[in-house]
Amino acid sequence: MTFTPVLSAGWGDSDSFTLDGYTRRGGYDALTKALAMDPDALISLVKESGLRGRGGAGFPTGMKWGFIPQGDGKPHYLVVNADESEPGTCKDIPLMLANPHVLVEGVAISSYAIRANHAFIYVRGEVTHVVRRLQQAVADAYDAGHLGKNIAGSGYDLDVVVHAGAGAYICGEETALLDSLEGYRGQPRLRPPFPATHGLYGAPTVINNVESIASVPAIVLGGAEWFASMGTEKSKGFTLYSLSGHVRNPGQFEGPLGLTLRQLLDLSGGMREGRTLKFWTPGGSSTPILTDAHLDVPLDYEAVGAAGSMLGTKALQCFDDTTCVVRAVLRWTEFYAHESCGKCTPCREGTYWMVQILARLEAGDGTEEDLATLLDTCDNILGRAFCALGDGATSPITSAIQYFRDEFVQHMTGKGCPFDPVASTVFAAASS
Amino acid sequence: MLTDKTREEARQIIARYPKARSALLPMLHLVQSEDGYVSPEGITLCAEELGLTKAEVGAVATFYTMYRRKPAGTYHVGVCTNTLCAVLGGDAILDSLKDHLGIGHNETTDDGTVSLEHIECNAACDFAPVVMVNWEFYDNQTPTSARELVDGCRAGNPPAPTRGASSLCTFKQMERVLAGFPDGRANEGVQAGPPSLVGLKLAQQRGDTAPAYPDGTTPGAEKPKQQEADAQ
Ligand SMILES: Cc1cc2nc3c(=O)[nH]c(=O)nc-3n(C[C@H](O)[C@H](O)[C@H](O)COP(=O)(O)O)c2cc1C
Ligand code: SF4
Ligand code: FES
Repeated sequence: MTFTPVLSAGWGDSDSFTLDGYTRRGGYDALTKALAMDPDALISLVKESGLRGRGGAGFPTGMKWGFIPQGDGKPHYLVVNADESEPGTCKDIPLMLANPHVLVEGVAISSYAIRANHAFIYVRGEVTHVVRRLQQAVADAYDAGHLGKNIAGSGYDLDVVVHAGAGAYICGEETALLDSLEGYRGQPRLRPPFPATHGLYGAPTVINNVESIASVPAIVLGGAEWFASMGTEKSKGFTLYSLSGHVRNPGQFEGPLGLTLRQLLDLSGGMREGRTLKFWTPGGSSTPILTDAHLDVPLDYEAVGAAGSMLGTKALQCFDDTTCVVRAVLRWTEFYAHESCGKCTPCREGTYWMVQILARLEAGDGTEEDLATLLDTCDNILGRAFCALGDGATSPITSAIQYFRDEFVQHMTGKGCPFDPVASTVFAAASS
Repeated sequence: MLTDKTREEARQIIARYPKARSALLPMLHLVQSEDGYVSPEGITLCAEELGLTKAEVGAVATFYTMYRRKPAGTYHVGVCTNTLCAVLGGDAILDSLKDHLGIGHNETTDDGTVSLEHIECNAACDFAPVVMVNWEFYDNQTPTSARELVDGCRAGNPPAPTRGASSLCTFKQMERVLAGFPDGRANEGVQAGPPSLVGLKLAQQRGDTAPAYPDGTTPGAEKPKQQEADAQ
């Protein structure tokens, strides 16, 4: 296997986030090339490359762009989803901190392709310095003539607005994001109609993840075949894997789709001293957990799906044998209950009840019947919730009971959790 | 305190958007940059400028966790207690800070310097356990380092963020940035923390690169000086 740094290639430079730093490594060459192309040719290029959305669902990006009606006389919009709030997911934030310009260049090319003259970067509000870096990058790109009126003499105009959110995981869901961007409570919209025809302000809109859009300049420079030379049959290209948890060297690793967790652990130093992997998420807390039996599953959309989970955002949160799975699942469920937008009953009520039951189980007061009720509640949410947040809330619970039922039963002693939380901390050995 | 200048700035925000109401979230950040929370005066101002009722503005403000009903401290401290950070030490850090400051979740010290809350995953799991102050990153914390951090805040000389500006701004200064009024500090601080570079360093050690582009160049490589000059 080979690592393939593209997005992260320049991150080692102390000025990687500046216009100079980016230009020194070929930044904005792709925009020049793209503006000389026909917008439809760009859409075809991205289709042929096989790029799939990096925000979690893996929808083909070029196909999404192709749904935008052309010649309809309406304004079109590009909205970048920079809300990154799925627990475990931590790739877009370091990307925008180290190289906001690759996103800005991707925005310019993608907007040109879908014939949008207005783009928005919706960034979660809880990252002050990332907001600063985006604001500066956009301002510098205007000054350099990469944004604004008549970009590089092409006759094409584009305005870009950096918009800070205000703390709501649900606003990462694309239709809730649109409502939020329009100044409403961030609650999902009924689909159809889809954003491609009725998006921001009721106009045709493309919503893409940060990493998806940031991948576009390289595709323009390298071509579809070059991009598709990386990855697996149906999951093409380079991507950022985020390794976290009880591992010796957590961090970002850029490689082709289809690497395995075993490869990443072996090369990066493995789990922390003297400990073994117990469970992990392939793509954030909404993707069912996996165990050490899945270390060799290729991390692409198909193989992780076949293993009973989802690739999601490649947020590889690794927990070792000191970790109580009941505690982990309770905490994630509290998150979903807190973030449920309240629009539909299965999710609003279901997540609330699941927290009560899991808290009882963790405290040692649960029963076998509680386990059955939990699974029953999950059953009633999955597929019946208004949006994917509700489905995601069931993932940690059903998968944890599938793999670690015994551990739930061990908690039914009336004596509380058998694990020592201190042993799980990073400062367990050192004095705190 | 909201002034004519605040109203003028609210209008500048509105001018950024094709439709006025899109300005509401940044306007509420602007209100917090003046009052430290979403004050009744702030709600009135937003309602007047956008032609909404106060109830409509309030309904939006209460939906989002960053909008506060009570003033934040000068330094607003958030401890990540989502699962990964919690397990790696976030729970212990939060307990330690509650004890040390004598306040609970969503409370502020009597002197108004520090407010505390537990927060959800802040997209920095490879730096766990994570503490945010005024939404600047304080990575890889321990109970000891977190106590020193809040002591610094209370004494008016907080340590610098690990990935952020070269000194810590106040809550109100931060909210101005989120409202879309840059503070000119984007070039301060590191480009990346060590974990962000682990994979890149490993690739370099192994001599791994992405496949060359059709023109033979390596993606993201520095351009030869001459070529750069020719291009200009
Ligand atoms: C509850 C929820 C939260 C989400 N959060 C994000 C997010 O923070 N960032 C993101 O890019 N996509 C997120 N998504 C997925 C988006 O709805 C959407 O699929 C994505 O932004 C499309 O971009 P892509 O095709 O480039 O992946 C979320 C979905 C759900 C249901
Ligand atoms: S599933 Fe949950 S988050 Fe989604 S619409 Fe229903 S209540 Fe809201
Ligand atoms: S869980 Fe704390 S930053 Fe992700």
